[in-house]
Amino acid sequence: MSYIPLSEKDKKEMLEKIGVKSIEDLFCCIPENIRLKGNLNLPESLSEPELLEYFQEKGKKNSYEQYLSFLGGGAYDHFIPAVVDYLSLRGEFISPYTPYQPEVSQGTLQVIFEFQTLICQLTGLDIANASLYDGATGAAEAVLMANRIKEKKRLLVASNINPEYRQVIVTYTKNLGLELVELPFDQAGRIDKKSLEAAVNAETSVILCQSPNYFGVVENLKVLSEAAHEHDALLAVLISEPVSLGWLEAPGKQGADIVTGEAQSLGLPLSYGGPYLGFMSCRKEFVRQLPGRIAGQTVDADGRRGFVLTLSTREQHIRREKATSNICTNQAHCALRATIYLETLGRQGFKKLAWLNQQKAAYALSQLTAIPGVTRKFSGPVFNEFVLEFARDWKGISQKLEEKGILGGISLAGHYPGLERCALITITEKHSKERIDRYVQALKEVLK
Amino acid sequence: MINVIREPLIFEISSPGKTAVKLPELDVPETKDYLSSVPVRGDIEGFPEVSETEIARHFTRLSQMNYCVDFGFYPLGSCTMKYNPKVNEKVASMACFTSGHPLAPERLVQGNLELMKTLEKLLAEITGMDAVTLQPAAGAHGELTGMMLIRAYHTASGNPRKYVLIPDSAHGTNPSSAHICGYTVKEIKSSERGTVSVEDLGRVMDEEAAALMVTNPNTLGVFESDICQVADIVHAKGGFLYMDGANFNALAGITRPGDMKVDVLHLNLHKTFSTPHGGGGPGSGPVAVKKILEPYLPVPVIEERNGQYFLNYNRPKSIGRVKSFYGQFLVMLKALAYVMILGPDGIREMAEVAVLNSNYIRKCLEGIYHLKYDSPTLHECVFSDKFQKEYGVSNLDISKRLLDYGLHPPTMSFPLIVHGALMIEPTETESRRDLELFIEAMKRIDREVRENPELVKSAPHITYVRRLDETLAARNPVLRFEKKE
Repeated sequence: MSYIPLSEKDKKEMLEKIGVKSIEDLFCCIPENIRLKGNLNLPESLSEPELLEYFQEKGKKNSYEQYLSFLGGGAYDHFIPAVVDYLSLRGEFISPYTPYQPEVSQGTLQVIFEFQTLICQLTGLDIANASLYDGATGAAEAVLMANRIKEKKRLLVASNINPEYRQVIVTYTKNLGLELVELPFDQAGRIDKKSLEAAVNAETSVILCQSPNYFGVVENLKVLSEAAHEHDALLAVLISEPVSLGWLEAPGKQGADIVTGEAQSLGLPLSYGGPYLGFMSCRKEFVRQLPGRIAGQTVDADGRRGFVLTLSTREQHIRREKATSNICTNQAHCALRATIYLETLGRQGFKKLAWLNQQKAAYALSQLTAIPGVTRKFSGPVFNEFVLEFARDWKGISQKLEEKGILGGISLAGHYPGLERCALITITEKHSKERIDRYVQALKEVLK
Repeated sequence: MINVIREPLIFEISSPGKTAVKLPELDVPETKDYLSSVPVRGDIEGFPEVSETEIARHFTRLSQMNYCVDFGFYPLGSCTMKYNPKVNEKVASMACFTSGHPLAPERLVQGNLELMKTLEKLLAEITGMDAVTLQPAAGAHGELTGMMLIRAYHTASGNPRKYVLIPDSAHGTNPSSAHICGYTVKEIKSSERGTVSVEDLGRVMDEEAAALMVTNPNTLGVFESDICQVADIVHAKGGFLYMDGANFNALAGITRPGDMKVDVLHLNLHKTFSTPHGGGGPGSGPVAVKKILEPYLPVPVIEERNGQYFLNYNRPKSIGRVKSFYGQFLVMLKALAYVMILGPDGIREMAEVAVLNSNYIRKCLEGIYHLKYDSPTLHECVFSDKFQKEYGVSNLDISKRLLDYGLHPPTMSFPLIVHGALMIEPTETESRRDLELFIEAMKRIDREVRENPELVKSAPHITYVRRLDETLAARNPVLRFEKKE
């Protein structure tokens, strides 16, 4: 079985036409000594029902479906309307290539154009690209972009951004002779203002923050953008929970020059971490430095509106080593899902969704912190995530909660020494009052 | 495709008060005490408001403006646009895989970890390499990861080295990835056969060259038959041989990069391993390495002890993370399903028929379209528009005319070493009928070029839109919708 529609007769006739005796002869250019002798050592072919059974069996070894989860931290469990799956699974959306032939790719191109528009509207900036791999690589691309624009080596990165994003920034920048400086956080959970003032100088290209940050705390973007712009640096803002943009003022309206992040929240299932969806928007004067593909509007030979991939002189297939990024295949189908999702929710639905998240989180926060031995770690304002501190290490508490069928939160111990007694808890619209109350009750019992 | 209905942008069919979803009502007491602490936004300016019917019609109509593999032949060279088996989609949409949070405790994700480890092992066997990371998100991301591994090794040996050697026939991502990894690029000219010249390589390879990046078979579809000598030259100066696996569909089950002395290679699961391109992603670009580079692989690495799988972050030599979490998990499942259903015979047959189809097309079009290199080719062949140019018709015109025949054109103007290139990769999943439709269309277009060149130069004629003005799009960029006042 290999999905081959040729019959033996077809093969024979084709070989005759080519003028060779066997398929083997077509591989004569491969030296004998490196040809595989015999078959690959792989499992024998499965039938389709056997294949499904195989995956069902492996799937049973995953037991997370039986748990009530309060995990977030860069991957969020939001409700996905049925129409998103149904429409996005159409073969016409799943099985085309990158729209290099625009005359037969207007569907994909118009979707990208709508996606770019939606991202601009959400982030409050002028232009957006077609997508990046994920929030982490988006963060890395943002600091590289800022470095190209400002041509200064110093990059200030907040220590309260998603730790995995920080790790990817380190991986990307360490070979390029750039100076990466970490900004500590204060009692509110926000970037520490004094440290920021001491760190930012004329050599700084960018201040990179996340809002809401990894602790769920909303940063003061006005303050950060003033600090950046005063030193001829850019403010890049990471968003790992874009549902927050239905509640918070758009970063572009508060001085952000680049906004990038993770849009998994917008219609993509958790999927054990991927595929997710990176996005990026910026002020229009930086368009030539924006990485990734961009769709633009034009006209056809009859003057009708159409869309094409444009400004490709930034990209690797034209510029090779001088390109703004090496990105080629990106996350187009994920961007399609996000587009359907956002347009389905629309102006009112998206705002209501954000409000539900914020309200439920506020309720959960008040209920959980009413338990003796549980306190709110950071005083800064939050959206749908918050950090709680416990009287003892989170590790033990977390295990006890697990025994009660609850994944209570994400440990901060590994990435933030000193926060061993803390956990990051996430609430979405999928957490009914009953579920939140169940968590509160379980935690009470565990801490008793 | 329905070309009659012009589908507006969603923003143009929006009208106030509509929504396409019913969200739950708030079931906790409302609080308002946040209002003073953060800048809360008012309206999301310009956001659309439509009903579910309008959503369904909008996206169904948009979908019908797309050409796709499910519709027909898609001979894009170096893109491997093969059919995407539907059972793979079914596997990847099972709730037991889509609903897992990436930070769930390892104990609860044993199935996921086992499947990823299984895919790693199968890919290692298929490529003849020692270890595999599944973390990279796409081919170019895999290239970057591979170059980072090489750089980490050289750095640990005391000198990261200065440049990377890349043939002039390479994909643009190769030089770009090397550059982002902090290397300069030295281009090497292809020989008359279109392959890497062993003599030239011997002259330029030195101890400041970190690696040679080759694509094998290269972008002409020609196998680098001196690959072992090439590897020896590179290794003698302490460099690494990187192989771009974009064209691996020609080789799977026939020969293995590991046996060709390749040190690092990336695969494109969205090419060789049948996962759908989705209109430009998500892909997945696993990187396979020899033992010498294994300590540098990105963290976390999936390991197994006493039947329990876990994520190992304690890898002091690792280059670090290249992506959040563990890669494009659902894409990996589709690729694994594909390998499991094919088995060893199916994998070999896949490469055999891909090469058969390509050679058949080559034979049928030889003489009608110009073939710059006459070396034997495997899974793809590169013609040019040299003969048609005499009538003022370019590869672009030929491609656009193919659209009128209901076919997708080949890759155009690449590789750069063939002027006016038409790069054809049929893959193994085409029926004889679809191959003949393409061949016949190409022959007819050639006749049209000589009899009525204007017809070809003004193509396409029957698509949803006609030829689009790409210069205008770049000169006067309109990159988002804005409501006219």
